[in-house]
Amino acid sequence: MKSSSTLIYDGSFNGFLTAIFIAFDEKINVADIQKNNQCQNGLFSETETVFTNVEKAKRVWNGIRSKSHNAISNVYFAFLSETEGVELILYTYIQKLMSSKNGKHLDYSDNIVSHVTQLARKVSKEKHRMEAFVRFQLTKDDVYFANIEPDYDILPLISKHFRNRYADQQWLIYDVKRKYGIYYNLDHVELVSLNLQEIHFNKIRKSDVFEAEEYDYQTLWNDYFKSTHIKSRINPKLHRQHMPKRYWKYLSEKKEAV
Amino acid sequence: MNFQRIREKLNILADAAKYDVSCASSGSDRANKDNGLGNASRMGICHSYTEDGRCISLLKVLLTNHCIYDCAYCVTRKSNDVKRAAFKIQEVVDLTINFYRRNYIEGLFLSSGIFKNPDYTMERLVAVAKKLREEENFNGYIHLKSIPGASDELMYEAGLYADRLSVNIEVPTISGLKLLAPDKKHEDFKKPMLKVKNEIIRYRSERKVIKSTPKYAPAGQSTQMIVGASGETDMDIMYSATYYYRAYQMRRVYYSGYVPVADDARLPAIGSQVPMLRENRLYQTDWLLRFYGFAVKEILNSDHPNLDMDVDPKLSWALRNLHHFPVNVNTAEKAMLARIPGIGMQSVEKILKARRFRKLNWDHLKKMGVALNRAKYFMVCDSRYWERRDLDADKIKGMILQTSSGKYRNKFSAQLSLFN
Repeated sequence: MKSSSTLIYDGSFNGFLTAIFIAFDEKINVADIQKNNQCQNGLFSETETVFTNVEKAKRVWNGIRSKSHNAISNVYFAFLSETEGVELILYTYIQKLMSSKNGKHLDYSDNIVSHVTQLARKVSKEKHRMEAFVRFQLTKDDVYFANIEPDYDILPLISKHFRNRYADQQWLIYDVKRKYGIYYNLDHVELVSLNLQEIHFNKIRKSDVFEAEEYDYQTLWNDYFKSTHIKSRINPKLHRQHMPKRYWKYLSEKKEAV
Repeated sequence: MNFQRIREKLNILADAAKYDVSCASSGSDRANKDNGLGNASRMGICHSYTEDGRCISLLKVLLTNHCIYDCAYCVTRKSNDVKRAAFKIQEVVDLTINFYRRNYIEGLFLSSGIFKNPDYTMERLVAVAKKLREEENFNGYIHLKSIPGASDELMYEAGLYADRLSVNIEVPTISGLKLLAPDKKHEDFKKPMLKVKNEIIRYRSERKVIKSTPKYAPAGQSTQMIVGASGETDMDIMYSATYYYRAYQMRRVYYSGYVPVADDARLPAIGSQVPMLRENRLYQTDWLLRFYGFAVKEILNSDHPNLDMDVDPKLSWALRNLHHFPVNVNTAEKAMLARIPGIGMQSVEKILKARRFRKLNWDHLKKMGVALNRAKYFMVCDSRYWERRDLDADKIKGMILQTSSGKYRNKFSAQLSLFN
């Protein structure tokens, strides 16, 4: 019997796709696929380090996409969920997808398929939430700045949405948890990492990096938020269900509640 | 910007606008033009939620709450003693742009009390939308209220700038309207609706020939009815909703449980319970009609003029029509799957796709998210176990109620609580 091996990749999506390529290409009996910063050797498996190769990654991407557009977005979204062990699940998913004639990604009665679909759904929900809950604050350098702390790594997914929408203003969305951000400079979006002195969530104290006018608009928005609810219909449970508490920190309208 | 003045106005005029329930920002796909500001997201985005759990996706304000009419159900009626205010056109534009740039909102929902006359008011609303579109190159979502009785020319212009137009019927029956809003005529509501409908049809046909035909109200039109103000039955409401869906091709009809705002003998007293459960049941019915292929007369007819409050309308229909069940999920066609209580349209799609690979059993269905506590009495699948007892409707209803917990059950239960 061929011994199994653990593939180690650099943690990027391209790296992961390269690992998939190598696993298929060399017909490796895959024990696990792990990120290089959190690998753990198995007792009975060898390890093999994968060097990211964009060409190979692209071939895997196109291969899955030619099976179904739905499947490739499921794979990408589920990967971004950063769930432990998601790589092996996705590997099995891709194996199943490739060995079936068509439409395997629609077999919701299959455990792996339904698991991947669920993960992708969670990430897509978080993406949608972040498109809603980003709150820009205007800095004195004329950049609209926002901190976020999403459950999953959704910055690559939301950049197109913000690029299309705020095409005439500079903006920067910074993921505090993963320590990187996306910045739009009126021409294109680029990845940035910042050395942030402080995290700008809602404090009562005003920071002097922002325009004075900025706080006026926040006050107007908070007032507006307060005047929209109908007293006789109040329903805090439903409110929290739609707007979970963990996001409140960055929403100016919930300033007082935090 | 005169901050204090704007703040005061916003408080008054947003407060008066909150009784409009529509806050949809979906259905339009306006793209960003020339690297300008904004676009419309096809699925809509809720940027925040009010403490009563409703979506905030648009800046919903009145241009003014001065009004020449005296409709009993309305908080801005002439005879009501409230603070009045009016925005300047530029003030609304500035607020919208600045809120939008900070990602607070999807766009603007502008309504107004009627001052001077309908045309004069409509002109102001259109002016705001025009300014946003043409001077600010704003491509976000704009929802304008059509003022009953506004002229056709203005309605045409409004549709060029707005994504959605709406007129609120408010009272579903003509007799109710006479009673509660004696100054308004039923025809006045229908006139702008008809114009918008015809313009949309014209736009669609012209677009087939000339691609560059300017967009006309791409998100269509909607309307709203107040529930529980004039003693109408659920049948009255849903039949009239169906009429508006059909005759004016409404995208949405909204149902708004009446929130008592006036001491008036014609209306429920201040402090009486808002009929939220009833509102919920009406929306469920609305969904059954629009997505599940039900006909309104199957759910509501002269034998059943009102919806059941303790179970949802689909379950209630199934209990009245037990001869259609049990359904075999592995062979039934889509229309019948959609009628099984506990199976929603998403589950229907999943079942249809998954059953091409294997026969489905209880475990598969549970994993897909089917509410088996309801569905199990009405279906069979690839399993030796299924409901073999010959249960009658009341029995089934009782067993389902025992094993489920509705979100309104406690609040509106007829049973008094022992400890409070």
